[in-house]
Amino acid sequence: MPAVQSLSGKAMPRPALVRARGVAVRFGDRWVLEGVDLDVVPGRITTLVGNNGAGKSTLLRVLLGLTPPAAGSVERSGDLRIGYVPQHFAVDPNLPITARRFMALSGRVDRRRWREVTADAEVDTLLDQPLQVLSGGEMRRVLLARALLQRPSMLALDEPAAGLDGRSQGALYRLIGSLRDRYGCAVVVISHDLNLVMAASDEVLCLEHGRIACRGAPASVMEHPEYHKLFGSHLGPDTGVFPHDHHHGDRAHKVAGGGHG
Amino acid sequence: MDEFILMALAAGLGLALVAGPLGSFVVWRRMAYFGDTLAHSALLGIALGFLFGIHLNLGILVVCALVAVLLVTLRRRQRLASDTVLGILAHSSLSLGLVAIAFMEGLRVDLMGYLFGDILAVTPLDLYWIFGGGAVVLGTLVLIWRPLLAITIHEELAQVEGVRALPVQLIFMALVALTIALAMQIVGILLVTSMLIIPAAAARAFVRTPEQMAVAAAGVGCLAVIGGLVASFQWDLPTGPTIVVTATLLFALTTSLRAMLSPARA
Repeated sequence: MPAVQSLSGKAMPRPALVRARGVAVRFGDRWVLEGVDLDVVPGRITTLVGNNGAGKSTLLRVLLGLTPPAAGSVERSGDLRIGYVPQHFAVDPNLPITARRFMALSGRVDRRRWREVTADAEVDTLLDQPLQVLSGGEMRRVLLARALLQRPSMLALDEPAAGLDGRSQGALYRLIGSLRDRYGCAVVVISHDLNLVMAASDEVLCLEHGRIACRGAPASVMEHPEYHKLFGSHLGPDTGVFPHDHHHGDRAHKVAGGGHG
Repeated sequence: MDEFILMALAAGLGLALVAGPLGSFVVWRRMAYFGDTLAHSALLGIALGFLFGIHLNLGILVVCALVAVLLVTLRRRQRLASDTVLGILAHSSLSLGLVAIAFMEGLRVDLMGYLFGDILAVTPLDLYWIFGGGAVVLGTLVLIWRPLLAITIHEELAQVEGVRALPVQLIFMALVALTIALAMQIVGILLVTSMLIIPAAAARAFVRTPEQMAVAAAGVGCLAVIGGLVASFQWDLPTGPTIVVTATLLFALTTSLRAMLSPARA
């Protein structure tokens, strides 16, 4: 079994878009994040996993610039453009707005890009619908399309698969992978769907009580004792999207205790 | 027609044109209670206006601005539910205003006029305030329209995309405060919020874009002002409340029409 490697130990050909070092965040007396180092690198899919309150969302918020760290440093490169897909999205029913208008709200968009993005995210048929009638999965696709319109150098997705059925989840992660391949953007994903996460990630960060419990390539993280302690040992990919060359003894099952972070 | 009726009409229409678009944002941002709180605190502003001998609108503006800043600060710092904060501020400032006015010796104040409005007592100076202030509100609203709409839909998404949310929020609150100061004379402290909320809610039934709703809300507000003025003359009714009742009837009309035309949505 491969040992867990620290990715920061490898040579990085491309400079990081966001460089977080020793990041800590405190809510009142409680430290919700401590000593976290993370590079957001173009072309790499980084996944944050962990139980409720582990600090995943807080870490993402720090990377997005929404929460200032109480300690440590966060450096952003000049060409950082973030496309963000938030987990929770609800528009007041009294606000009349179509998906098309919502997508165009963020700025100028050229027509070719628009066609490309609406096809990628499969939102063509949704464009003239009011936002309020979209299902959770449809809304997520509209948010993804909107994020892609920004020509992001970094795509940030907070629990993108929450509330989707298994097949849609697999499709979503395949889409994320192909978007990364095509646009070369960095992707940071928060997820509870560990099987899928493992499948579509380059780097996995397991957070526990605000600290990094283990990190590395998916295959190596899965063998890490900390990972087993956190998520159980009978976990394996079953989605068919994982480039996977060995088999675990038994079939994967959902991990108990995973709610929303 | 008498001059005072024309002035009342001009004042009412001026207010409706401003309150419609601004009120749409108050509805979308679920800030009805916030507007109500600012309106309640306006009485304290009136008391201050008398105390320092300044124009009452100026007093209202200062107090509303202070309350708005206090609200933003309290909400950011503490974990107190914002409707609790609003409730405390609304009623304590209204009571403080009443107490302060009672303390001032030799001051005879038409309290009913402040609480429920006195559109027929509009002076030319009031008209300057309404149209000058109204132009400032509408002009500023147009300038901040896009970022304000973006943070109304999803604040953090807008922030990640580069919108600076706090300044936009503060400007919007200042606009609400200014509008309340302008509307005071017409519908009074206790009914001010209705001019923001009801026309916007009535307009919602038949619009498909935010801009359509803003314009339609202004239209509904104008109809309510005209209808309310006519009805109050016809039957000798208090003008402010009659305008609000007319707006409410328009709301009931558009909402039920909408329900009848598309039963699935009812």
